[in-house]
Amino acid sequence: MDNFLNLDIKTVHESLVNGQTTVVELTQKALEFIHSRDEELNAFISIDDEGALKRAEELDAAGIQEDNLLYGIPMAHKDNIVTKGLKTTSASHILENFVPVYNATVVEKLNEAGVVVIGKTNLDEFAMGGSTETSFFGQTKNAWDATKVPGGSSGGSAASVASGEVLFALGSDTGGSIRQPAAYNGIVGLKPTYGRVSRWGLMAFSSSLDQIGPLTRTVRDNALVLNAIAGYDDHDATSSQKEVPDFTAKLGQDIKGLRVAVPKEYFSEGVNEEVAEAVRAGITKLEELGAIVDEVSIPHTKYGIAAYYILASSEASSNLQRYDGVRYGLSERSGDTLEDMYVNTKTEGFGPEVKRRIMLGTFALSAGFYDAYFKKAAQVRTKLIQDFENIFKDHDVIVGPTAPTVAFGLGEEDDDPKTMYMNDMLTIPVNLVGLPGLSINAGFNSENMPIGMQIIGNKFDEQTVYQVAYAFERATKLYEKIPGGDK
Amino acid sequence: MAETLSKQEAKHVAELAKIRFTDAELDVIVGQLGNILTLVDTLNEVDTTDVVPTYSVTENVNMFRDDVADNWNQKTDLLNNAPQQQDDMIKVPAILDGGDN
Repeated sequence: MDNFLNLDIKTVHESLVNGQTTVVELTQKALEFIHSRDEELNAFISIDDEGALKRAEELDAAGIQEDNLLYGIPMAHKDNIVTKGLKTTSASHILENFVPVYNATVVEKLNEAGVVVIGKTNLDEFAMGGSTETSFFGQTKNAWDATKVPGGSSGGSAASVASGEVLFALGSDTGGSIRQPAAYNGIVGLKPTYGRVSRWGLMAFSSSLDQIGPLTRTVRDNALVLNAIAGYDDHDATSSQKEVPDFTAKLGQDIKGLRVAVPKEYFSEGVNEEVAEAVRAGITKLEELGAIVDEVSIPHTKYGIAAYYILASSEASSNLQRYDGVRYGLSERSGDTLEDMYVNTKTEGFGPEVKRRIMLGTFALSAGFYDAYFKKAAQVRTKLIQDFENIFKDHDVIVGPTAPTVAFGLGEEDDDPKTMYMNDMLTIPVNLVGLPGLSINAGFNSENMPIGMQIIGNKFDEQTVYQVAYAFERATKLYEKIPGGDK
Repeated sequence: MAETLSKQEAKHVAELAKIRFTDAELDVIVGQLGNILTLVDTLNEVDTTDVVPTYSVTENVNMFRDDVADNWNQKTDLLNNAPQQQDDMIKVPAILDGGDN
């Protein structure tokens, strides 16, 4: 094994159980590959060689747990998920040297399952962006073509999995930040239902929209990771007390008679033709597998972006107030007063995109504008929720493209934030409504770049989303095609 | 809704946000926010009379827990993250002009 490109969690687990390899050997090889591959890719902000190897030795010494598939598996966390004793930056200058004193709940849960944390992956600063270009730590490249963006904001997590550096990574998704980079890198990414996974220890961007989820090469791996991280947490009052089912339970069940809704708005003007064609072919494949496909309408789709940018920026402007130079992080103390320190720290510490969103959010929440912007956007959110409720009355899933285009060139689209924001138009509604959404590879365009298909489920019905994705994956086996050549 | 944001308004918002912009930066921001607000103005096409706003999609109502200290003995670790400390306390600059630290 040189990397994880042709492997999945179950296969690696079996080689650990039958003694073909050890956790130390796996970890060493992963680190070795990352150090060479990441020179170009830059998927990682921090690589924890020492911590990972020490952990691997401990896991080997304790003995491989045969019934625990995640035991000894090397993985990575997006660098906005706090890890005790391991630098966590949100890809921002303001947290450049910040070392958390506790673990996020998802980190604790995966540690209990026995994973090896290899390091922390790159992202757009504070998860604000769709290209990983706003990171303070430099641009991550696409695993398929180093002249293209990996998407974002979980661009480092997506590129690290797609390139075979790790078997899986966690990301966070506020408006598409797991699904869009998964689409751009040809892998599987799930944003769970709002409340399914604890947000404790996820550096808050937009608290009513943020969710943590897994990025993997296969659907089964994705469900396995969700099994480990889902569930109620008394540290997150928005986490759900609903029972957590086995997310692998419906994998392999056929999808005959399942009702698939295809919103006509998801194939509107802004969607690239090659993307539309590949996703339509994917939907035809679902039909061949027995699903019943209907065209539907989600009339408020086009207002999603506008509502999102007001709501998400408003919540961000409030959440990011805490970075003030007092208790941790960057602190610019050249001025005379406390007020000078606040202003100098924020001015120096935040990048342009973060400042822009803080400005938009502060404006939308300011006296005289609150009703016109923040409240109006929250009302439109209600209308969008009603649209989706109508669809799910008589459908099991909604299917369409994940993003309007494939990965674009580095530096190509960052001049006009409005154009950049349009990339999120197909993923944002899922966050506003709080639904689970998954991206899976549906094929490649003429330049050999992956095209993502999005499968959206009803609230807390990740099982059916995985069932459909798995049926599609088994029928197409697109995961066999890997960056740099076929399997 | 205001169709655009004036430079004067942008200055006021920057003060609220405690971020300093140069004049040139502010011009760029005003232009970009103007573009975004034009997009946001399309929300006015939606009739939201009597529509209840959604601020969160959580199904939880009130969450209670026992008032028990948890994970509490971390003073040293937390202080180590402070940019400046003195006598086991976090040190900050003077709150008022001319005051001592």
